[in-house]
Amino acid sequence: MLPTPSTSHVSFDNVYEPAEDSFLLLDTLSSPSETAFLHEKFNNSSADHSEETTQNSSVPLVLEVGTGSGVVLAFVAANANAILGRKDLLTLGTDINNFACRASAKTVQTAITEAPNISSHGYFLGVVNADLTSSIRPASVDILIFNPPYVPTAELPSLSLHDDYNRISYENKTTIFERDSHLLSLSYAGGVDGMEITNKLLEQLPDILQPERGVAYILLCAQNKPNEVKERVRLWGSSWAVKTVGYSGKQAGWEKLQVIRIWKKPSLGDKCPIAGKDPSV
Amino acid sequence: MKILTLNFLTCARKACKAEPAAFPLHPRDAELEIVEAELNTEFLRNVLPRVEWEALRVVTEELGLPSLPNVAPEPDAIFPAASTAAAATANETPANPAPTQLLQDLHHLLLETTILSGKLVCGNCGHEYAVKEGIANFLLPSHLV
Repeated sequence: MLPTPSTSHVSFDNVYEPAEDSFLLLDTLSSPSETAFLHEKFNNSSADHSEETTQNSSVPLVLEVGTGSGVVLAFVAANANAILGRKDLLTLGTDINNFACRASAKTVQTAITEAPNISSHGYFLGVVNADLTSSIRPASVDILIFNPPYVPTAELPSLSLHDDYNRISYENKTTIFERDSHLLSLSYAGGVDGMEITNKLLEQLPDILQPERGVAYILLCAQNKPNEVKERVRLWGSSWAVKTVGYSGKQAGWEKLQVIRIWKKPSLGDKCPIAGKDPSV
Repeated sequence: MKILTLNFLTCARKACKAEPAAFPLHPRDAELEIVEAELNTEFLRNVLPRVEWEALRVVTEELGLPSLPNVAPEPDAIFPAASTAAAATANETPANPAPTQLLQDLHHLLLETTILSGKLVCGNCGHEYAVKEGIANFLLPSHLV
Protein backbone atom coordinates (compact mmCIF):
# COMPACT_ATOMS: atom_id res chain seq x y z
CA MET A 1 0.00 0.00 0.00
CA LEU A 2 1.30 3.43 -0.91
CA PRO A 3 1.70 5.93 1.93
CA THR A 4 -0.95 8.64 2.49
CA PRO A 5 0.61 12.12 2.35
CA SER A 6 0.72 14.08 5.59
CA THR A 7 -1.74 16.95 6.01
CA SER A 8 -0.88 17.65 9.65
CA HIS A 9 0.02 21.29 8.85
CA VAL A 10 -3.45 22.08 7.43
CA SER A 11 -6.04 24.02 9.41
CA PHE A 12 -9.31 22.20 8.86
CA ASP A 13 -11.30 25.20 10.12
CA ASN A 14 -11.50 26.45 6.55
CA VAL A 15 -10.02 23.69 4.37
CA TYR A 16 -11.79 20.38 3.70
CA GLU A 17 -10.31 17.60 5.80
CA PRO A 18 -9.45 14.37 3.95
CA ALA A 19 -12.35 11.97 4.41
CA GLU A 20 -13.86 8.83 2.95
CA ASP A 21 -14.20 10.46 -0.50
CA SER A 22 -10.54 11.55 -0.60
CA PHE A 23 -9.40 8.07 0.44
CA LEU A 24 -11.62 6.45 -2.17
CA LEU A 25 -9.78 8.51 -4.80
CA LEU A 26 -6.40 7.38 -3.43
CA ASP A 27 -7.52 3.75 -3.39
CA THR A 28 -8.97 3.98 -6.89
CA LEU A 29 -5.93 5.66 -8.44
CA SER A 30 -3.60 3.06 -6.93
CA SER A 31 -5.86 0.04 -7.56
CA PRO A 32 -4.44 -2.72 -9.79
CA SER A 33 -6.97 -2.03 -12.55
CA GLU A 34 -6.34 1.74 -12.67
CA THR A 35 -2.57 1.50 -12.46
CA ALA A 36 -2.72 -1.06 -15.30
CA PHE A 37 -4.86 1.35 -17.35
CA LEU A 38 -2.64 4.34 -16.61
CA HIS A 39 0.58 2.41 -17.19
CA GLU A 40 -0.65 1.40 -20.60
CA LYS A 41 -1.54 4.98 -21.47
CA PHE A 42 1.45 6.81 -19.99
CA ASN A 43 4.27 4.39 -19.23
CA ASN A 44 7.31 5.51 -21.16
CA SER A 45 9.57 2.51 -20.74
CA SER A 46 7.53 0.21 -22.89
CA ALA A 47 7.77 -3.57 -22.86
CA ASP A 48 10.31 -3.30 -25.62
CA HIS A 49 13.45 -2.49 -23.64
CA SER A 50 15.80 -3.26 -26.50
CA GLU A 51 16.55 0.25 -27.73
CA GLU A 52 14.49 3.37 -28.36
CA THR A 53 14.29 4.20 -24.66
CA THR A 54 14.91 7.76 -25.70
CA GLN A 55 11.67 7.83 -27.70
CA ASN A 56 9.58 8.62 -24.66
CA SER A 57 6.16 10.14 -24.72
CA SER A 58 6.03 13.69 -23.40
CA VAL A 59 5.57 14.32 -19.68
CA PRO A 60 1.90 14.01 -18.64
CA LEU A 61 0.20 16.89 -16.81
CA VAL A 62 -2.01 15.97 -13.85
CA LEU A 63 -4.48 18.64 -12.79
CA GLU A 64 -6.46 18.37 -9.60
CA VAL A 65 -9.47 20.68 -9.50
CA GLY A 66 -10.38 21.72 -5.97
CA THR A 67 -7.29 20.43 -4.21
CA GLY A 68 -8.53 21.17 -0.67
CA SER A 69 -5.85 19.80 1.66
CA GLY A 70 -3.87 18.57 -1.36
CA VAL A 71 -3.81 14.97 -0.18
CA VAL A 72 -4.86 13.50 -3.55
CA LEU A 73 -2.51 15.53 -5.73
CA ALA A 74 0.36 14.91 -3.31
CA PHE A 75 -0.35 11.18 -3.44
CA VAL A 76 -0.12 11.13 -7.23
CA ALA A 77 2.96 13.36 -7.30
CA ALA A 78 4.84 11.27 -4.74
CA ASN A 79 3.87 7.94 -6.28
CA ALA A 80 4.14 8.74 -9.98
CA ASN A 81 6.15 5.66 -10.74
CA ALA A 82 3.77 3.25 -9.00
CA ILE A 83 0.63 4.84 -10.45
CA LEU A 84 1.71 5.78 -13.97
CA GLY A 85 4.80 3.70 -14.53
CA ARG A 86 6.98 6.72 -15.17
CA LYS A 87 9.04 8.95 -12.97
CA ASP A 88 8.41 12.22 -14.73
CA LEU A 89 5.11 13.93 -14.13
CA LEU A 90 3.84 17.49 -13.94
CA THR A 91 1.32 18.29 -11.22
CA LEU A 92 -0.88 21.38 -11.00
CA GLY A 93 -3.83 22.25 -8.77
CA THR A 94 -6.63 24.78 -8.62
CA ASP A 95 -8.88 25.74 -5.73
CA ILE A 96 -11.36 28.57 -5.26
CA ASN A 97 -10.28 28.81 -1.62
CA ASN A 98 -7.01 30.67 -1.16
CA PHE A 99 -6.36 28.92 2.17
CA ALA A 100 -6.71 25.57 0.43
CA CYS A 101 -4.23 26.70 -2.27
CA ARG A 102 -1.61 27.43 0.35
CA ALA A 103 -2.31 24.30 2.34
CA SER A 104 -2.24 22.00 -0.68
CA ALA A 105 0.93 23.54 -2.10
CA LYS A 106 2.64 22.68 1.16
CA THR A 107 1.15 19.17 1.23
CA VAL A 108 2.42 18.40 -2.27
CA GLN A 109 5.86 19.89 -1.65
CA THR A 110 6.26 17.94 1.58
CA ALA A 111 5.15 14.68 -0.02
CA ILE A 112 7.59 15.14 -2.88
CA THR A 113 10.49 16.01 -0.60
CA GLU A 114 9.78 13.03 1.62
CA ALA A 115 9.26 10.57 -1.23
CA PRO A 116 11.73 7.74 -0.67
CA ASN A 117 13.20 7.86 -4.17
CA ILE A 118 13.99 11.37 -5.31
CA SER A 119 13.76 10.42 -8.97
CA SER A 120 10.37 8.76 -8.75
CA HIS A 121 8.12 11.72 -8.12
CA GLY A 122 6.25 14.35 -10.00
CA TYR A 123 7.36 17.88 -10.65
CA PHE A 124 5.06 20.33 -8.89
CA LEU A 125 3.94 23.36 -10.90
CA GLY A 126 1.95 24.94 -8.07
CA VAL A 127 -1.65 25.61 -7.11
CA VAL A 128 -3.59 28.54 -8.52
CA ASN A 129 -6.56 30.23 -6.91
CA ALA A 130 -9.20 29.73 -9.58
CA ASP A 131 -12.74 28.61 -10.33
CA LEU A 132 -12.54 25.01 -11.65
CA THR A 133 -10.43 24.95 -14.85
CA SER A 134 -11.13 28.55 -15.92
CA SER A 135 -7.46 29.56 -16.04
CA ILE A 136 -6.08 26.34 -17.55
CA ARG A 137 -4.92 26.28 -21.15
CA PRO A 138 -7.27 24.23 -23.35
CA ALA A 139 -6.25 20.71 -24.45
CA SER A 140 -3.38 20.59 -21.97
CA VAL A 141 -4.53 18.22 -19.22
CA ASP A 142 -3.66 14.51 -19.45
CA ILE A 143 -5.17 13.41 -16.14
CA LEU A 144 -7.82 15.48 -14.37
CA ILE A 145 -8.96 14.59 -10.85
CA PHE A 146 -12.02 16.13 -9.21
CA ASN A 147 -13.53 15.50 -5.81
CA PRO A 148 -16.43 17.92 -6.22
CA PRO A 149 -18.78 19.59 -3.78
CA TYR A 150 -21.34 16.80 -4.27
CA VAL A 151 -23.79 17.24 -1.39
CA PRO A 152 -27.29 18.24 -2.57
CA THR A 153 -28.16 21.66 -1.11
CA ALA A 154 -31.02 24.11 -1.57
CA GLU A 155 -28.67 26.58 -3.18
CA LEU A 156 -25.00 27.17 -3.95
CA PRO A 157 -22.95 29.36 -1.60
CA SER A 158 -23.15 33.02 -2.59
CA LEU A 159 -19.87 34.36 -3.92
CA SER A 160 -20.74 38.02 -3.26
CA LEU A 161 -18.39 38.22 -0.27
CA HIS A 162 -15.90 35.63 -1.50
CA ASP A 163 -13.15 38.15 -2.26
CA ASP A 164 -13.27 39.43 1.32
CA TYR A 165 -13.46 35.96 2.85
CA ASN A 166 -10.67 34.73 0.60
CA ARG A 167 -8.18 37.12 2.20
CA ILE A 168 -5.85 35.87 4.79
CA SER A 169 -6.56 37.58 8.07
CA TYR A 170 -9.42 38.86 10.12
CA GLU A 171 -9.39 40.31 13.62
CA ASN A 172 -13.00 39.77 14.41
CA LYS A 173 -14.03 36.31 15.67
CA THR A 174 -17.56 36.46 14.25
CA THR A 175 -16.16 37.32 10.86
CA ILE A 176 -13.61 34.51 11.07
CA PHE A 177 -16.46 32.10 11.79
CA GLU A 178 -18.49 33.41 8.84
CA ARG A 179 -15.44 33.25 6.59
CA ASP A 180 -14.61 29.68 7.56
CA SER A 181 -18.24 28.53 7.17
CA HIS A 182 -18.32 30.09 3.73
CA LEU A 183 -15.05 28.51 2.63
CA LEU A 184 -16.00 25.07 3.91
CA SER A 185 -19.42 25.27 2.24
CA LEU A 186 -17.65 25.68 -1.11
CA SER A 187 -16.02 22.29 -0.55
CA TYR A 188 -19.29 20.37 -0.13
CA ALA A 189 -22.38 22.31 -1.28
CA GLY A 190 -23.40 21.09 -4.73
CA GLY A 191 -26.87 22.62 -5.28
CA VAL A 192 -29.53 20.63 -7.15
CA ASP A 193 -28.76 16.88 -6.97
CA GLY A 194 -25.34 17.95 -5.70
CA MET A 195 -24.43 18.29 -9.39
CA GLU A 196 -24.38 22.01 -10.17
CA ILE A 197 -20.61 22.40 -9.83
CA THR A 198 -19.83 18.97 -11.30
CA ASN A 199 -21.98 19.81 -14.32
CA LYS A 200 -19.92 22.96 -14.90
CA LEU A 201 -16.73 20.90 -14.76
CA LEU A 202 -18.20 18.30 -17.14
CA GLU A 203 -18.95 21.10 -19.60
CA GLN A 204 -15.31 22.23 -19.47
CA LEU A 205 -13.88 18.72 -19.75
CA PRO A 206 -13.87 18.18 -23.55
CA ASP A 207 -11.98 21.46 -24.04
CA ILE A 208 -9.50 21.06 -21.25
CA LEU A 209 -8.46 17.40 -21.70
CA GLN A 210 -5.61 16.50 -24.00
CA PRO A 211 -7.47 15.28 -27.12
CA GLU A 212 -5.64 11.96 -27.57
CA ARG A 213 -4.80 10.64 -24.14
CA GLY A 214 -6.87 12.74 -21.71
CA VAL A 215 -8.47 10.97 -18.73
CA ALA A 216 -10.65 12.34 -15.92
CA TYR A 217 -11.46 10.83 -12.54
CA ILE A 218 -14.56 12.30 -10.90
CA LEU A 219 -16.06 11.31 -7.59
CA LEU A 220 -19.85 11.05 -7.31
CA CYS A 221 -22.27 10.17 -4.53
CA ALA A 222 -25.50 8.20 -4.93
CA GLN A 223 -27.66 11.36 -4.84
CA ASN A 224 -25.76 12.66 -7.88
CA LYS A 225 -27.51 9.92 -9.90
CA PRO A 226 -24.28 8.50 -11.29
CA ASN A 227 -26.00 6.39 -13.94
CA GLU A 228 -27.62 9.49 -15.42
CA VAL A 229 -24.28 11.30 -15.35
CA LYS A 230 -22.65 8.44 -17.24
CA GLU A 231 -25.49 8.37 -19.77
CA ARG A 232 -24.98 12.07 -20.44
CA VAL A 233 -21.25 11.60 -21.01
CA ARG A 234 -22.01 8.82 -23.54
CA LEU A 235 -24.00 11.39 -25.53
CA TRP A 236 -20.76 13.31 -26.16
CA GLY A 237 -20.05 10.84 -28.94
CA SER A 238 -18.41 7.54 -29.71
CA SER A 239 -14.87 8.80 -29.08
CA TRP A 240 -15.67 9.13 -25.36
CA ALA A 241 -15.89 6.36 -22.81
CA VAL A 242 -17.04 6.35 -19.19
CA LYS A 243 -16.87 3.70 -16.51
CA THR A 244 -17.22 3.36 -12.74
CA VAL A 245 -13.79 2.35 -11.48
CA GLY A 246 -14.05 2.69 -7.69
CA TYR A 247 -16.75 2.20 -5.04
CA SER A 248 -17.13 2.60 -1.33
CA GLY A 249 -19.71 2.56 1.42
CA LYS A 250 -22.13 -0.04 0.19
CA GLN A 251 -25.50 0.55 1.87
CA ALA A 252 -28.34 -1.88 1.23
CA GLY A 253 -26.96 -2.65 -2.20
CA TRP A 254 -26.41 1.00 -3.11
CA GLU A 255 -22.94 2.43 -3.60
CA LYS A 256 -22.68 5.53 -1.46
CA LEU A 257 -19.66 6.92 -3.29
CA GLN A 258 -18.09 6.04 -6.58
CA VAL A 259 -15.33 7.26 -8.88
CA ILE A 260 -16.04 7.43 -12.57
CA ARG A 261 -13.33 7.51 -15.20
CA ILE A 262 -14.05 9.49 -18.38
CA TRP A 263 -11.55 9.13 -21.21
CA LYS A 264 -10.94 9.56 -24.91
CA LYS A 265 -10.74 6.26 -26.71
CA PRO A 266 -7.86 5.90 -29.17
CA SER A 267 -9.38 6.57 -32.57
CA LEU A 268 -10.39 3.37 -34.31
CA GLY A 269 -8.52 4.26 -37.46
CA ASP A 270 -5.22 4.05 -35.61
CA LYS A 271 -5.62 0.69 -33.99
CA CYS A 272 -7.75 -1.97 -35.52
CA PRO A 273 -5.77 -5.18 -35.28
CA ILE A 274 -8.44 -7.49 -36.67
CA ALA A 275 -9.07 -7.05 -40.36
CA GLY A 276 -12.71 -6.83 -41.33
CA LYS A 277 -13.76 -5.48 -37.92
CA ASP A 278 -13.31 -1.87 -38.88
CA PRO A 279 -16.73 -0.42 -38.05
CA SER A 280 -16.22 2.38 -40.56
CA VAL A 281 -16.27 -0.11 -43.42
CA MET B 1 4.70 29.32 -9.21
CA LYS B 2 7.27 28.14 -11.71
CA ILE B 3 7.95 29.75 -15.08
CA LEU B 4 6.93 26.43 -16.60
CA THR B 5 3.49 26.84 -14.99
CA LEU B 6 2.80 29.75 -17.36
CA ASN B 7 2.93 27.23 -20.19
CA PHE B 8 -0.35 25.77 -18.92
CA LEU B 9 -2.24 28.92 -17.93
CA THR B 10 -4.40 31.33 -19.84
CA CYS B 11 -6.80 34.19 -19.16
CA ALA B 12 -9.79 33.04 -17.08
CA ARG B 13 -12.32 35.12 -19.02
CA LYS B 14 -14.53 33.06 -21.29
CA ALA B 15 -14.29 35.62 -24.08
CA CYS B 16 -10.49 35.25 -24.12
CA LYS B 17 -10.35 31.43 -24.22
CA ALA B 18 -10.21 31.13 -28.01
CA GLU B 19 -8.02 34.22 -28.53
CA PRO B 20 -4.37 33.52 -29.35
CA ALA B 21 -3.39 36.77 -27.61
CA ALA B 22 -4.60 35.38 -24.26
CA PHE B 23 -1.59 33.04 -24.17
CA PRO B 24 0.91 33.34 -22.67
CA LEU B 25 0.00 35.61 -19.79
CA HIS B 26 2.58 38.36 -19.43
CA PRO B 27 4.37 38.72 -16.11
CA ARG B 28 4.68 42.28 -14.83
CA ASP B 29 6.46 43.68 -11.74
CA ALA B 30 7.51 40.13 -11.00
CA GLU B 31 9.60 39.31 -7.98
CA LEU B 32 11.53 36.14 -8.76
CA GLU B 33 13.07 33.56 -6.52
CA ILE B 34 15.52 30.83 -7.42
CA VAL B 35 14.80 27.49 -5.83
CA GLU B 36 17.61 25.11 -6.64
CA ALA B 37 16.69 21.73 -8.05
CA GLU B 38 18.70 18.78 -9.20
CA LEU B 39 19.30 18.66 -12.94
CA ASN B 40 17.19 15.91 -14.47
CA THR B 41 18.08 15.41 -18.12
CA GLU B 42 15.45 12.78 -18.75
CA PHE B 43 12.72 15.00 -17.35
CA LEU B 44 13.74 17.96 -19.49
CA ARG B 45 13.91 15.76 -22.56
CA ASN B 46 10.28 14.73 -22.04
CA VAL B 47 9.00 18.14 -20.95
CA LEU B 48 10.40 20.15 -23.87
CA PRO B 49 7.99 18.71 -26.45
CA ARG B 50 5.21 20.22 -24.29
CA VAL B 51 6.71 23.70 -24.10
CA GLU B 52 5.43 26.39 -26.46
CA TRP B 53 8.83 27.79 -27.37
CA GLU B 54 7.68 31.16 -28.64
CA ALA B 55 5.59 31.76 -25.50
CA LEU B 56 8.51 30.78 -23.30
CA ARG B 57 10.84 33.05 -25.25
CA VAL B 58 8.48 36.03 -24.85
CA VAL B 59 8.00 35.45 -21.13
CA THR B 60 11.75 35.06 -20.59
CA GLU B 61 12.40 38.33 -22.35
CA GLU B 62 9.69 40.16 -20.41
CA LEU B 63 11.18 38.96 -17.16
CA GLY B 64 14.52 40.40 -18.22
CA LEU B 65 16.19 36.99 -18.13
CA PRO B 66 18.94 35.97 -20.58
CA SER B 67 17.24 35.55 -23.94
CA LEU B 68 16.52 32.21 -25.57
CA PRO B 69 17.20 31.29 -29.21
CA ASN B 70 14.46 32.51 -31.58
CA VAL B 71 13.67 29.02 -32.74
CA ALA B 72 13.33 25.94 -30.53
CA PRO B 73 16.68 24.13 -30.67
CA GLU B 74 16.87 20.57 -31.91
CA PRO B 75 17.19 17.96 -29.12
CA ASP B 76 20.74 17.23 -30.34
CA ALA B 77 21.74 20.78 -29.51
CA ILE B 78 20.40 20.49 -25.98
CA PHE B 79 21.18 16.98 -24.88
CA PRO B 80 24.69 15.58 -24.65
CA ALA B 81 25.69 13.29 -27.49
CA ALA B 82 26.14 10.10 -25.46
CA SER B 83 22.44 9.46 -25.11
CA THR B 84 20.84 8.22 -21.92
CA ALA B 85 19.70 5.14 -23.79
CA ALA B 86 23.11 3.54 -23.50
CA ALA B 87 23.33 4.48 -19.84
CA ALA B 88 19.85 3.22 -19.08
CA THR B 89 20.36 -0.22 -20.59
CA ALA B 90 23.76 -0.73 -19.01
CA ASN B 91 22.60 -1.18 -15.45
CA GLU B 92 25.81 0.21 -14.05
CA THR B 93 27.00 3.65 -13.20
CA PRO B 94 26.18 5.59 -16.34
CA ALA B 95 28.98 7.66 -17.77
CA ASN B 96 27.22 10.99 -17.51
CA PRO B 97 28.36 13.38 -20.19
CA ALA B 98 28.64 16.98 -19.07
CA PRO B 99 25.32 18.78 -19.63
CA THR B 100 25.32 21.38 -22.36
CA GLN B 101 25.06 25.04 -21.44
CA LEU B 102 21.66 25.24 -23.10
CA LEU B 103 20.42 22.32 -21.00
CA GLN B 104 21.62 24.01 -17.83
CA ASP B 105 20.00 27.29 -18.87
CA LEU B 106 16.66 25.62 -19.59
CA HIS B 107 16.80 23.75 -16.29
CA HIS B 108 17.47 27.00 -14.46
CA LEU B 109 14.72 28.85 -16.29
CA LEU B 110 11.98 26.21 -16.28
CA LEU B 111 12.56 24.42 -13.03
CA GLU B 112 14.45 26.72 -10.70
CA THR B 113 12.96 30.13 -11.40
CA THR B 114 9.73 30.88 -9.56
CA ILE B 115 7.44 33.91 -9.51
CA LEU B 116 6.92 34.97 -5.92
CA SER B 117 4.75 38.01 -6.51
CA GLY B 118 3.65 40.40 -9.22
CA LYS B 119 0.98 40.34 -11.88
CA LEU B 120 0.04 38.23 -14.86
CA VAL B 121 -1.52 40.29 -17.63
CA CYS B 122 -3.76 38.99 -20.42
CA GLY B 123 -2.54 40.14 -23.83
CA ASN B 124 -6.09 40.11 -25.16
CA CYS B 125 -8.26 41.90 -22.59
CA GLY B 126 -5.58 43.46 -20.41
CA HIS B 127 -6.95 41.98 -17.20
CA GLU B 128 -4.33 41.74 -14.46
CA TYR B 129 -4.14 38.72 -12.17
CA ALA B 130 -2.26 39.23 -8.94
CA VAL B 131 0.39 36.78 -7.72
CA LYS B 132 1.00 36.80 -3.99
CA GLU B 133 3.32 34.48 -2.09
CA GLY B 134 3.63 32.33 -5.18
CA ILE B 135 -0.12 31.88 -5.69
CA ALA B 136 -1.85 33.49 -8.67
CA ASN B 137 -5.43 34.64 -8.16
CA PHE B 138 -7.60 33.96 -11.22
CA LEU B 139 -10.94 34.68 -9.59
CA LEU B 140 -12.84 37.24 -11.61
CA PRO B 141 -15.26 39.88 -10.39
CA SER B 142 -18.77 38.67 -11.26
CA HIS B 143 -19.27 41.13 -14.15
CA LEU B 144 -16.29 39.62 -15.99
CA VAL B 145 -17.08 35.93 -15.60
